[in-house]
Amino acid sequence: MEHAIETRDLTKRFGDFTAVSGVTLNVQPGEVLVLLGPNGAGKTTTTRMLAAILPPSRGQAMVAGFDAATQASEVRRRVGLLTEHHGLYTRMRAGEYLSFFGSIYGLSETDAGRRAQDLLDQVGMPGIIDRRLGEFSKGMRQKLALVRALLHDPPVLLLDEPTSAMDPASARLVRDSILRLRSSQRTLVVTTHNLAEAEQLADRIAIIRQGSIAALGTVQELKSAHVGPPIMELRAACPLNGAMRVLPGDLQLVARGEDWLRYQAPNPAQANPRVLAAAAAAGLPVVLLTEVGRSLEDVYLRVVGAPAPQGEE
Amino acid sequence: MDATVGPPRGLLPGAWIIARREIRDQLRDWRILVPIILLTVFFPALMNFTAQQAMDFVARYDAPIIAERLVPFLLMIVGFFPISISLVIALESFAGERERLSLEPLLATPLSDAQLYLGKVAASLVPPLGAAYLGIVVYLFGLWRGIGWVAPAPLLVQVLLLTTAQAVVMVSGAVVISSQTTSVRAANLLASFIIVPVSELVIGESMIMFWGRYTVLWFIVAALLLIAAVLTRMGLHLFNREELLGRDLDVLDLRWVWRTLWSAFRGGAHSLGDWYAGVLKRSLPALGPAVLFMVVALTAAYVLGLRVAPIFVLPLDPSNLESLSESVGPQLRELGMMSAQGWWWILRNNVMALVLAALGGVFTFGVAGVILLMAPIGITGYLAGNLALAGQNAGLYLAGLVLPHATLEVPAALLAGAAILRLGLAAVSLPKGTSLGESWLKAVAEWARIGLGLVLPLLIGASLLEVFVTPLIATWVLGG
Repeated sequence: MEHAIETRDLTKRFGDFTAVSGVTLNVQPGEVLVLLGPNGAGKTTTTRMLAAILPPSRGQAMVAGFDAATQASEVRRRVGLLTEHHGLYTRMRAGEYLSFFGSIYGLSETDAGRRAQDLLDQVGMPGIIDRRLGEFSKGMRQKLALVRALLHDPPVLLLDEPTSAMDPASARLVRDSILRLRSSQRTLVVTTHNLAEAEQLADRIAIIRQGSIAALGTVQELKSAHVGPPIMELRAACPLNGAMRVLPGDLQLVARGEDWLRYQAPNPAQANPRVLAAAAAAGLPVVLLTEVGRSLEDVYLRVVGAPAPQGEE
Repeated sequence: MDATVGPPRGLLPGAWIIARREIRDQLRDWRILVPIILLTVFFPALMNFTAQQAMDFVARYDAPIIAERLVPFLLMIVGFFPISISLVIALESFAGERERLSLEPLLATPLSDAQLYLGKVAASLVPPLGAAYLGIVVYLFGLWRGIGWVAPAPLLVQVLLLTTAQAVVMVSGAVVISSQTTSVRAANLLASFIIVPVSELVIGESMIMFWGRYTVLWFIVAALLLIAAVLTRMGLHLFNREELLGRDLDVLDLRWVWRTLWSAFRGGAHSLGDWYAGVLKRSLPALGPAVLFMVVALTAAYVLGLRVAPIFVLPLDPSNLESLSESVGPQLRELGMMSAQGWWWILRNNVMALVLAALGGVFTFGVAGVILLMAPIGITGYLAGNLALAGQNAGLYLAGLVLPHATLEVPAALLAGAAILRLGLAAVSLPKGTSLGESWLKAVAEWARIGLGLVLPLLIGASLLEVFVTPLIATWVLGG
């Protein structure tokens, strides 16, 4: 199989409203794709189409080698979906709940029990099998929902805002569990609003705006494409005075202070040694050379159209 | 692990997984468990006591018939009370699961829509029906032990079927209601659409049982099973993943309502001529099968009227009829014929009758509308039958008093009835990808197109004939 997920012109309309429009993307086996976008951008609808819960109005989604519209049941067997809201039955016990979902996927009670126990160990929740779900904290519930999504060992995992509205500690627990999944060669599609989380988890990021993919690439590719080449900051132990007004080669000075300067470095590996050499030649003791934070937030805000916040200069 | 594992093959094993979990869940909820226990054990015991007391009381006054009717009636009530819980359970199972956002994980599994639907319906039916059957057993056992009364087998079968059919109707109705809401609160508000008709039905059944006309109950059982089948079909259509996840249901979007209605009514026409062409070329042919049904229904009504005439004979005096023939002209004028006022009165009444039939049809899958239109034809047949029994030439009366305006009024009734039937059935036969609301609005628009484009002109013509032409022909045919 070439792609774990392949969509072409994927579109979903509800009456007059177009929720998703012409989404075309490929996700490789083992890759983690993060979908970013404002509320109502179409992330959840895209996820639901990939999970074969909603049929597309136009276009096609192939998931794990099956067409999500015409082979929906086959797709659903091979996809694990973690919904934004855990949707647990709080009167049930954890073991009973997982056994119920195991039986839906055709697992015997023994297999489901063994698998549930392994997964609960993996997400750091051993020994909760007999506890009622109503007693669980939000983080525990979300982790149990993650176990539910993994119970049938799906090759494709779709996680819809897995840490939304969670306290930092719970969110970290869930994020750590997801990070562990990266090593299992499973294809993951994660939707989130949390940019730090996206940067931490993603091989590639797709930014969705008004139902369409507005940007797609690795974090570095997105930064280069949307906020320009990296900007480096050099800080000296003493005032620069008149030194280094002109930088070596074609490097462009973007800002300058009493004891610091910033320059654009399209290729930092080549540019930085030359700048350091020039500083040494000018007799400047360098105390720091670092990349100025061009956050994913800057990229995101540019792509989705919000005004970027003012910089230092 | 094999990634191709899947749910158990077959509709029922998959549905049973869902049903089993929900039934277990219900049995952990004291709010459901306590009423079920009360209605299964204590209520039948109370009814048992009541029946025995009534038997003793009426025996003192030598009126055993009251007790004979009361005991079967209480049997029905003992069965009905527990199944009333099925409505609550069904609303909770469908709307509640949606509200608690626990439905989506289920929708993401390989179970089919039908498996999920049937599983939930079974879960809503099994505990209340089990309680109802158990309650009936407790009641019957008590009566057998107390007064030696044993229920006749046909009555027992009738009550069991009635109980089961009513439960299925309530649950399948609850699914349809739940499909139109995203909260239990809204579903409970809409549940009056089920509670009110079912309550009226139980009152009707009670009256029938007190009158001792148990045969009629078979017809009620058949009608209930038919309604249950219709509602189940609707439920199967409405309970699908797209419908459940794709619509914002609790918001009344009046602009959308108007747009949908107007667009369907206009039918893409840009002028009155265009619109009329659309009515004739698209709307009218679409009515074909429904018109055929109406022809059969109205003919059946006329024949039924004729057949009833010998059973309930009118005391018609031939001499009076002859004097009527002689004074037909003046009498018709007295009734407002040959005047513009009379024309307006007849047109207004006919239009109101059709609007009323349409309203009735909406809530009864078209049935009430059709029955209302059959009624005047049935009455005409009944009168014709009585005239014939009185030795009169019924054909002559019909030709003079009815036929002239019937040439337009009957086609109007056929078209109106057909449109009402389609309107009533719009909710049952939803096109794929169409919501209940959208389908219904389009049916209303189609009904309005037929009503304004064809039925109203026919009614105007018919009332003109009835007021200005029929009296002349009646006078000519019947003399006077």
